Amino acid sequence: MSFWADQLILLPILLPLLFAAALVLLSGRQQQLKFAINLTGTLALLITAITLFWMTDREVWPNGVGVYLAANWQAPFGIALVVDRLSALMLTLASVIAVAALIFSYRRWSRAGVHFHSLFQFLLAGINGSFITGDLFNLFVFFEIMLAASYGLLLLGLQPNRIRASMQYVVVNLVASSFFLIGVALIYAAAGTLNMADLAVRAAAMNDSERLLLETGAAVLAIAFLTKSAMWPLGFWLPTTYAAAAPPVAAMLVLMTKVGVYVLLRLWLLVFADQPESLNAISGTALVVGGLLTLTYGTIGLLGSQELGRMAGFSAIISSGTLLAAIGYGEPKVISAALFYLVSSTLAVGAFMLLMELVERIRKPSAAMLALTMEAFAIDDAPEESAGVVIPAAMAFLGLSFFACALIIAGLPPLSGFIAKFSLFHALLNPAGLFIGNLYSAGPLAWGMLALIILSGLAAIISLMRFGVRAFWAVPDAKPPRLHLTEALPISMLLLLCISISIAAGPTSRYMERTSAALHEPQLYIERVLSSPARPGVPGTAGVEQ
Amino acid sequence: MEAVIAIAIGVLFASGVWLILRPRTFQVIIGLLLISYAVNLFIFIMGRLTVNKPPLTLENPVDTGLFADPVTQALVLTAIVIGFATTALYLVLLLTSRGLTGTDHVDGKEPRQ
Repeated sequence: MSFWADQLILLPILLPLLFAAALVLLSGRQQQLKFAINLTGTLALLITAITLFWMTDREVWPNGVGVYLAANWQAPFGIALVVDRLSALMLTLASVIAVAALIFSYRRWSRAGVHFHSLFQFLLAGINGSFITGDLFNLFVFFEIMLAASYGLLLLGLQPNRIRASMQYVVVNLVASSFFLIGVALIYAAAGTLNMADLAVRAAAMNDSERLLLETGAAVLAIAFLTKSAMWPLGFWLPTTYAAAAPPVAAMLVLMTKVGVYVLLRLWLLVFADQPESLNAISGTALVVGGLLTLTYGTIGLLGSQELGRMAGFSAIISSGTLLAAIGYGEPKVISAALFYLVSSTLAVGAFMLLMELVERIRKPSAAMLALTMEAFAIDDAPEESAGVVIPAAMAFLGLSFFACALIIAGLPPLSGFIAKFSLFHALLNPAGLFIGNLYSAGPLAWGMLALIILSGLAAIISLMRFGVRAFWAVPDAKPPRLHLTEALPISMLLLLCISISIAAGPTSRYMERTSAALHEPQLYIERVLSSPARPGVPGTAGVEQ
Repeated sequence: MEAVIAIAIGVLFASGVWLILRPRTFQVIIGLLLISYAVNLFIFIMGRLTVNKPPLTLENPVDTGLFADPVTQALVLTAIVIGFATTALYLVLLLTSRGLTGTDHVDGKEPRQ
């Protein structure tokens, strides 16, 4: 039982890689078949992720941490793949968004590029790998797989504005990758290990000069992750890129900013939790301030943007800023509220990205779409408008979905955005719990954060309402656009998930609290990783002793 | 030797930074290449500078003073391959942009005079 349970950890990387390889071999003419295979792969991934989610929470493995030793080399010598509650949560979130984006792409976008399907699976392999690897350099490799696939996907439906956005995106990311490598090299020079758990052990026992090198390395490494999660001075690439990307790709990009956030959260609490108070305080404050600046930038940008694409991009920046500030805070309660916020905002912004294209259709009926379809290559025949199942009451659907997205992004009741922000405020004001300690013990930074989050919500509701009025009410002779089932289904799926986590807010919050509690006890994670024995009698370890 | 290699890396990196801030895509890609060379050298020397020592040894018991750190050498190989691939991808993008927009400016259009 345990043997097969351990093998399951590898599946989130193995499945997408196998499916991607199989999809490369199929010719571009067999679109239906390719789509079916891709969907099978993504659904299988979703099932795997949910199983892992369940297994980590039920503590099938001790402490809910599952370890897979690649090639049967014991950690820290080999690469360990580790899945715990946080990884499993992120894996599930990633596969949910992936399923939605893929179904959405069925009608148009998946036909716009020859290798859409394989790139999609490679992207998933990279994202999943980043979530479950326990090794810094391996993390770099998965980051690059993810980025390379995203470069390809961003170009989908080759248009001049996409190429321009891609050029900036690629250069920014290549430079960020250089910083990643410099950081990893410095950390290796200081600690002599790249395994995250081993690094945490060695970091605790370092002398001053080694520690200086480690901290320098960590700071350089942080630049790479903060670029990915779009912290203020490093996030200027994001709105342009998101606005230029095709909607399903943009939904996947939303996920990629969360990879940066995930890695920060993981390394921060694992390696730097036992550091001296002064360092923790300095870098924590830096993260909080950076997050708040990002929030401000996102708020101003959101108020100033007219296009839906840029608005969605700035909503993603606001969500990143809130998360970064919360991570910098580091209190268990704040982190668990931030995790709730992460899930809710990722689902909502993802749905918003998909909705974007459909709403645009009211304003520019078919003309823009046609031009785009013509430009896209590898389309055998232009898809006729009547193909597929058309859903009734398109305007009502669009209006309601837009309304729901706006409520969640702005954080107004009754949907999950409100619950997330409310629990965040609650945690900021009462870090120890309700009625324990001084009720108003929150520092000036916490008050600043509170004010900024409320302000960003106000800005979001103003600009989204302004857009909603213009798109739905102020259009003379608006013709209801034709919406297909494959386009409406993924959006409703994501929004329904948001609604269900607001109904099941109690169990969800308790899960997040367990996740956060596990993150704040890094020694359990470290012990599980370093004490996982290699399997006896299997070639690999035997070779060492010869 | 430390000073020489440190200066070499510094010069490579600085030239790379200057080049990626230039307006033409060709300059940018050369800048990216220089930066990745600098980074690769940097990773390599993070296993400490050693002369004339093999990375692997068959001796038993192992004396770490006698051979160079093999891990950074493995890392640098991976980094070279990945850097090469992503830079090649940027080259394709550069040529596509040149073909579609008719200019090699990074903004896809010539700046106004």
